[in-house]
Amino acid sequence: MKQEFKASIKRALNDANLTGALGKFSEAYKVNRTKAYEGIDFEELRGRIAEAKSAAACHLDEVAETFRKNAEALGAKVFLTSDPEEVKQYILKVARDNGVKNVVKSKSMATEEIHLNKALVEQGISVAETDLGEWIIQLAGQTPSHMVMPAIHMTKEEVADIFSKEVNERLDTDIPRLVKVARNELRPKFLEADMGISGGNIAVAETGSIVLVTNEGNARLVTTLPRIHVALIGVEKLVEKFETVVPILDALPRSATAQLLTSYVSIITGPTQNDDGSTKELHIILMDNQRTQMAKDPKFKQALQCIRCGSCLNVCPIFRLVGGHVFGKVYTGGIGTILTAWFDELKKSEEIQGLCIQCGNCTQVCPGKLDIPEMIMEIRRRLVLEKGQPLVQKAIFSVVNNRKLFHGMLRAASVAGKPFTSGKFIRHLPLFLSELTDGRSLPAIAEKPFRDLYAGIQQPKGKEKAVFYAGCLIDFAYPETGVALVKLLNKAGIEVVFPEEQTCCGAPALYSGAYEVAAQNAADNITALLEQDAQYVVSACPTCTVALAHDFAKTLEAVGRTEWLDKAKQLAEKTVDLATLVKHLVDEGRLSFQEGAELGKITYHDSCHLKRTLKVSEQPRELLQQAGYQVEEMFECDMCCGMGGSYSMKLPEISAPILKRKLKNIKETGAPLVAMDCPGCVLQISGGFDQDGAAVRVKHTAELLAERLKD
Amino acid sequence: MYEQFKARAVGVGAEVHRVGTCSDAVEFVLSFLKQEGVTDTAGSYAVWAKGPFLEAAGQESLAGIPGLGFEVTRERAAQAKVGISDMSFAVADTGSLVQDQAAPDQRLASALTGIHIALVPSANIVADKAALFARINPKNSRYIAFITGPSRTADIERVLTIGVHGPERLIILFVDELGGEKK
Ligand code: SF4
Ligand code: SF4
Repeated sequence: MKQEFKASIKRALNDANLTGALGKFSEAYKVNRTKAYEGIDFEELRGRIAEAKSAAACHLDEVAETFRKNAEALGAKVFLTSDPEEVKQYILKVARDNGVKNVVKSKSMATEEIHLNKALVEQGISVAETDLGEWIIQLAGQTPSHMVMPAIHMTKEEVADIFSKEVNERLDTDIPRLVKVARNELRPKFLEADMGISGGNIAVAETGSIVLVTNEGNARLVTTLPRIHVALIGVEKLVEKFETVVPILDALPRSATAQLLTSYVSIITGPTQNDDGSTKELHIILMDNQRTQMAKDPKFKQALQCIRCGSCLNVCPIFRLVGGHVFGKVYTGGIGTILTAWFDELKKSEEIQGLCIQCGNCTQVCPGKLDIPEMIMEIRRRLVLEKGQPLVQKAIFSVVNNRKLFHGMLRAASVAGKPFTSGKFIRHLPLFLSELTDGRSLPAIAEKPFRDLYAGIQQPKGKEKAVFYAGCLIDFAYPETGVALVKLLNKAGIEVVFPEEQTCCGAPALYSGAYEVAAQNAADNITALLEQDAQYVVSACPTCTVALAHDFAKTLEAVGRTEWLDKAKQLAEKTVDLATLVKHLVDEGRLSFQEGAELGKITYHDSCHLKRTLKVSEQPRELLQQAGYQVEEMFECDMCCGMGGSYSMKLPEISAPILKRKLKNIKETGAPLVAMDCPGCVLQISGGFDQDGAAVRVKHTAELLAERLKD
Repeated sequence: MYEQFKARAVGVGAEVHRVGTCSDAVEFVLSFLKQEGVTDTAGSYAVWAKGPFLEAAGQESLAGIPGLGFEVTRERAAQAKVGISDMSFAVADTGSLVQDQAAPDQRLASALTGIHIALVPSANIVADKAALFARINPKNSRYIAFITGPSRTADIERVLTIGVHGPERLIILFVDELGGEKK
């Protein structure tokens, strides 16, 4: 990572206003959004949006053509182009032909995308952004930091300063007063402008309509007062049918600002009259700029389902720390990373793609049903394909692909690390190997890995068998979790099998974009785990479970090793996480806990992969309650702890504040004990408490449950 | 549905009233103008955009009211304290008003003025967007406008502030007689 980029992260983190504003906003947003969606079936709603937008994306050419035909029949002029340069030339020509001197704009990300203002100003045309936030950043000479709230990073003091300069008068920081100043300053600009430029939230092919959504009412003025209206619309805003406007209007304001509807929605269908009786000139520019290419790419086609609501930013733990000026270019956050990679170029996303910690918060709220972390992983993969893996990483991964060597090194680390270990400080395996090369402190590796302990446990021989997939962390750092798992399953009469040949699940390689390495890991594990004829393959690490149940097939397919797909599917079908399996056994009456115990308060941390990819959150809570604990929910229980594997090493400055927040939320419950179902989270959170000094015990649910089994 | 609409509209900062007849509505508007000190002499005035209501109520009967004009130009609208216009539909679940505003004076009177008084037939309250979309059609209306509460922004420090480019107050007056339905 470049020095400059690291510096920009540091600046953002030190900007108390930025992190404060974003932090506070994201907390309030969560509550308000839930309220705005009350009584609405969000899954059904976003299903409809995704379907309609995806259908349009499947034949963009035709849909754009239908739009053109219908809008032109009404008297609009429609210009379709793939080239941002042509967009600018077109608008400049319209301006020249009509002697345009003053332009007013209503918020449009597409114009930001092509840097339109600069082109206009260079031709001597004055341009005023009229959305308050956009106007503020225009005056400040900045770029927007959020798709919906462009000036969220600024304080009222800064705004007062900027406005004071503009009106040549010392203004104080009274916000309603500042808003009045903006109204008064912009009013004459609206009345004088010869051309209004807007974006468009939806373009309806069937009717040739464009839909504009605003709160301030500036879009109404921009499309009413100037005699020329130019609407610049990305082709992804096209939908086929007028009826699709309904679900989008249902979701967009709720997701963007937790409103049921924005103050104003305008549906413009063809030119209207000006107030002097003449007919307005209406130009609609449908801009492609890589969108058709995106639609043709099976991995990125879904990106065209985005309705630009910005809710993915509002819930992103990274965005709320560093904001839009670090995390994106024109479009910010996770979705911004993807759009930058396409609309700008892949290379431009190289640094920002690394900011995504893959927590999946954004996928849960996205009304367009985009899987943002998956697309970011794909960007990573393509960057690696293009540029190759960094040498150090390559060396590590070559070790990871050689199980014997890899495990040998892990064992050696336990010995080598001893003199330096204090407590149980450790980094996510196998990335600690890179620390070996850095000469940094070594992780605490268990003296005896799980695989050695397993040999000493007598197994019940019954009909039912479960293959245990330990994963590196449990095997080499937290063998006690593995022992607890075995105890639980044995108690239910299940024989636990531990294939020695199992190796790293490939997640570290996969999340670094090293697909070939991950695919080899997948193949080795499939062979090892399917050798035994067992009912279940069980894991107590959600990242591993996701690898077995979801990633193996995808990875193998991505690198073209399709001969493995059948087996990958077989493995996926058998794979289950421990909490789900234990819950099932308890429900069947095959496992029970000691009765009558009152063990006091406990709080539960949801691990990203378990909660969002595997959709498991109730089971562990119910089990802990059944075992005698009283579960006290923490604030933001399902917010990432900042672990993210190698993330915590590459971006410790971001990982640390995320962890700090997590620790605070845990402490505030007053519970002396926190449970979780991921050894990675155990590592991160116990490491955090180790430094923090608070007397909170951190445990994997498996261990807590195993302790409470009925004899 | 009226009650639901009212709760939602008030929730976003609109003021909601209901009268029986067109003449009651005229009376409401005139007493409001008086209360707001709208008179020609002080340079404080109101613009009333031509539409179904004026046709039903008879514009002539309103001629000669000080401070009230029916010529809606951009200059007059931009300076006017009050703008009066029709809205055709009220959407109960979001508290929104909807109207074909293809005629620019309808937009000027409701977008540039400080206070917007919207006259709505009581019978035209629909439950939600789905019901509304069954009744509007872009083929017949070139500028369909939705208005939900007054103009708002939260662009400075996320503090909600009313009235940036559009009206600061939205006063909704349901008129039973216009849409036929009795109270
Ligand atoms: S990706 Fe989803 S959540 Fe993010 S802006 Fe687009 S639609 Fe909204
Ligand atoms: S996966 Fe998490 S970190 Fe990545 S963009 Fe989404 S919310 Fe942000």
